Amino acid sequence: MTSAADLEAPIRERIFPFPTPHFLSASSLNRPDAERLLDLADAFVAVNRRDEKKLGILRGRTLVNLFFENSTRTQMSFELAGKRLGADTMNMAPRNSSMAKGETLIDTAVTINAMKPDLLVVRHAASGAADLLAQKVGCNVINAGDGWHEHPTQALLDALTLKRAFPRIEGLTVAICGDVLHSRVARSNVSLLQTLGARVRLVGPPTLMPAGVDQWGADVFHDMRKGVAGVDVVMMLRLQLERMDGAFVPSTREYFRFYGLDAEKLALAKPNVRVMHPGPMNRGVEIDSDVADDPGVSLIRDQVEMGVAARMAVLASLAARLGAGN
Amino acid sequence: MPNSQPIAFINARLIDPESRFDGLGSLVVSEGVICDVSRRATFANLSSDVRVIDCNGAMLAPGLIDLRVKTGEPGAEPKETLKSASRAAAAGGVTSIVVQPDTDPAVDDPAMVDFILRRARDIELVHVYPAGAATRECKGDRMTEIGLMSEAGAVYFTDGDHSIVNSKVFRRILSYARAYDALVSHRPADPWLSAGACATEGEFAARLGLPSAPAIAERIMLERDLAIAEVTGGRLLVDQITTADALTCLERATAKGVRVSATASINHLSFNEIDTGDYRTFYHLDPPLRPESDRQALIDAVSSGLVPIIVSAHTPLPAEDKRLPFSESLPGAMGLETLLPSLLSLHHDGRVPLIDLIRAVTLAPAELLGLQTGRLSAGAPADLVLCDVDAPLIVDADRLISKSKNSPFDGRRLQGQVLMTLVDGKIVHQVSG
Repeated sequence: MTSAADLEAPIRERIFPFPTPHFLSASSLNRPDAERLLDLADAFVAVNRRDEKKLGILRGRTLVNLFFENSTRTQMSFELAGKRLGADTMNMAPRNSSMAKGETLIDTAVTINAMKPDLLVVRHAASGAADLLAQKVGCNVINAGDGWHEHPTQALLDALTLKRAFPRIEGLTVAICGDVLHSRVARSNVSLLQTLGARVRLVGPPTLMPAGVDQWGADVFHDMRKGVAGVDVVMMLRLQLERMDGAFVPSTREYFRFYGLDAEKLALAKPNVRVMHPGPMNRGVEIDSDVADDPGVSLIRDQVEMGVAARMAVLASLAARLGAGN
Repeated sequence: MPNSQPIAFINARLIDPESRFDGLGSLVVSEGVICDVSRRATFANLSSDVRVIDCNGAMLAPGLIDLRVKTGEPGAEPKETLKSASRAAAAGGVTSIVVQPDTDPAVDDPAMVDFILRRARDIELVHVYPAGAATRECKGDRMTEIGLMSEAGAVYFTDGDHSIVNSKVFRRILSYARAYDALVSHRPADPWLSAGACATEGEFAARLGLPSAPAIAERIMLERDLAIAEVTGGRLLVDQITTADALTCLERATAKGVRVSATASINHLSFNEIDTGDYRTFYHLDPPLRPESDRQALIDAVSSGLVPIIVSAHTPLPAEDKRLPFSESLPGAMGLETLLPSLLSLHHDGRVPLIDLIRAVTLAPAELLGLQTGRLSAGAPADLVLCDVDAPLIVDADRLISKSKNSPFDGRRLQGQVLMTLVDGKIVHQVSG
C-alpha cells in the first residue's frame, strides 16, 4: 500500500504557477499554458477515479464559492474540487442571505475579503462582475460564469473532455449550436478551442447570434444541416425557455425542427462524431433524448466528470502562485 | 455686487469667437461688464484705482456655458446640490449652467422654475438657468405650461434623460412651443431598441457580453424628431448626438432648412467603446460610448460646425450607483470641472482650432439661448475664464469639488488649468499662488 504522499508526488511535479493572478477569461490563456493546464487536469482524472481521492495540495487554504446566480453542477464541482485538494470550502449564496439586500457587489467583496479566503469562485448574472471583484479583493478569483461574458472553466473541462475522446484537439472541427448571443460558454469555448488549434463553427438563428460574430474567426451558419455537416464535435448550448415564445425564436417546436439536435441532423456529421452539452439540457428543445443518452456519441456525462478534474487543476495552479509568494 | 474695483487683464491671449479674434490683447472689466477690449498687450493710461492682472500670455476667453448639467436638487441632494454644482462650475471656468428638469419633483411648472432661480440667486456664484420639463413629471404624456415657464425663466424644454416616445405628444410640444419661440431639446434613442442596453451593439460589446443597442436606435428616433421639426416649424435641439449615421441625417435636415441645432457631449468626443473594456462603470454612459469611427465623425462635425455646441453632460452619481457590475450601474459621468481641459486636449491633438472649440461652449450656446454673454465685446457681461492652456494636469476625481466622484477623466493626463473665473465681473474662482 502506497501512502497518500507517494500518490501526490507525480501530480505535484506537474503543478505550475498559474500565468495570471485570477482566472477570469479563457482568452487570457496562451496555448502552452492551456496545454499544461490540461495535462495537469488529466492527472487529476486518475485521482478522482480511485478510492482515496483526497490530496493535501491545498491544505490550510480556504476556498469560497460565491454564487449570486443559481447553479447546482458548477458549484458542486468547485466544492468537490476544493475538498479533494484538501482546502476548506465554503458556499455562499448572497441572493438568499441578508448580504443581498442593498449591498453593492463591492461591499460584499470587502466583507468576504476580510475573512481572508485564498481562492474565491464567483458566479454572477452581470458581465464583468468577476473582473470587478478581482480588482477589489486580495485573493485569487476564478470566474464561474459572468453574465454573457465568459465561463472559462467550462471551456477548460470541455477541452479536457475532447483531449480524452480524440487523439488530438488540433484540427478538430467543432460546431457550437444554439443561443450564442446569450452564452458565456460559447464565448469561452470559441476562444479556447481556437487557441488549441480547433476549427470552430457557430450555428444558430440570426436573432441568437451576437453582432460582429463574423469577426470571431469562426464560420457562422444559420442552416444547422450545413453547419454540422462533416464536423467532429457538436456542442449544443442551452436555450433559456423564456427566450422562446416569440422573443428570439417563435416557438419551441419551430426551434427544435430547425435547430434541435436529432439523429437525422447528426447523421450529417462525421461517422465518429461526439456530442456535448454544458447542461442542464432542455430535452426536446435543443437536443433529442436519443442523442443525449446514446453512450456511443454523447460525452455529456464525461463533461461532468472532467469538470471536477479541470477545476482541481485551476485551483492547484492558482494556489501554486500563492505559494510562490505572489 | 462687491468687487466694484475695475480690473484690467493685460498680456492676455484673447479668444473671442464673435470677432473671431485669437491673439494678444488686453481687457478691462468694470461694474460687472466688459468695458474695454484692446488688441494691444496693455492699456496706455490706466487710472490708479484699476487692479492690473498680468496674464503672461494665458488665455482669456468668455466663461463657458454648459447647456446640460444635472444636479440632485431637488430630491437627490447627496449626489449634487445647486451649490456644489455651481462651485464645480466656477472651478472649471464654466460661468453659466443650464440645469436639467428631470429632478424629484420635476421642474414642470413655473413655481419650480422660480424655485431653481431663487436658489441660484442665494448661492451667487455662476449663472444658473433652468430647463423646463416638456411633459409633466417628465412622463412623456401631458404637455407642461411652456408659455408660463418661458416667462418664469426656463431657457428650453426637455424631459432630460427621458425619451418622449409618443410621436403625437412630441409633435404637439414642438408645434405649441412655436407660439413662444421656445426651444425643445430631445435625445434621440429608440426606446425599444435601447431598452436594457449599456453598450453599442457590435463585435466589442458582444465579446464583453454586455447588453447592447444598435447604433441605428439613435438614427431612427432622430429621423422622427427631424421630420416633426420640419412639419411643425418648431425649434429642435438634438441632445448629445453620437453616431456618424445620425450626423448624416442631421446634415440633410440642416441643408433643408429645418430649425435644428445639436450638441455633442465631451465624453463622446473624448472616449470610445474600447474605454469600457475593463468594465469600468465610469464609462457607462447614456448614450453609450461608440466605436472610434463615430468619435472621429463627431469631432469632424464639431469642426465643420454641423454640431455647433459641446456640453459636459454633467451627471453626478454616488458610489452606490457606480460600484456595481457594469450593466447594473447607472449611466452618466461628471464633467463640469474637466470640461475645459478635456476640450483643450482636442485642441492639443490638433483636430479642432482652439477658437472653434471655445465657440462651441460660449458664443454658440449663448446665441441659441439669446444670452448676452459668451463674447468679449464692450458691454457684454464680464463672464470670463483665464486659463493656462498648456499647463499639465492629472485629473484626480477625489479632488474634484462635485459631491460625486464619477469622472471618466480620473487619472487622465490633460493640459489646461483654469487660473481664474469671473462672473459678472466678480472673481468666483482663483488658483492660489
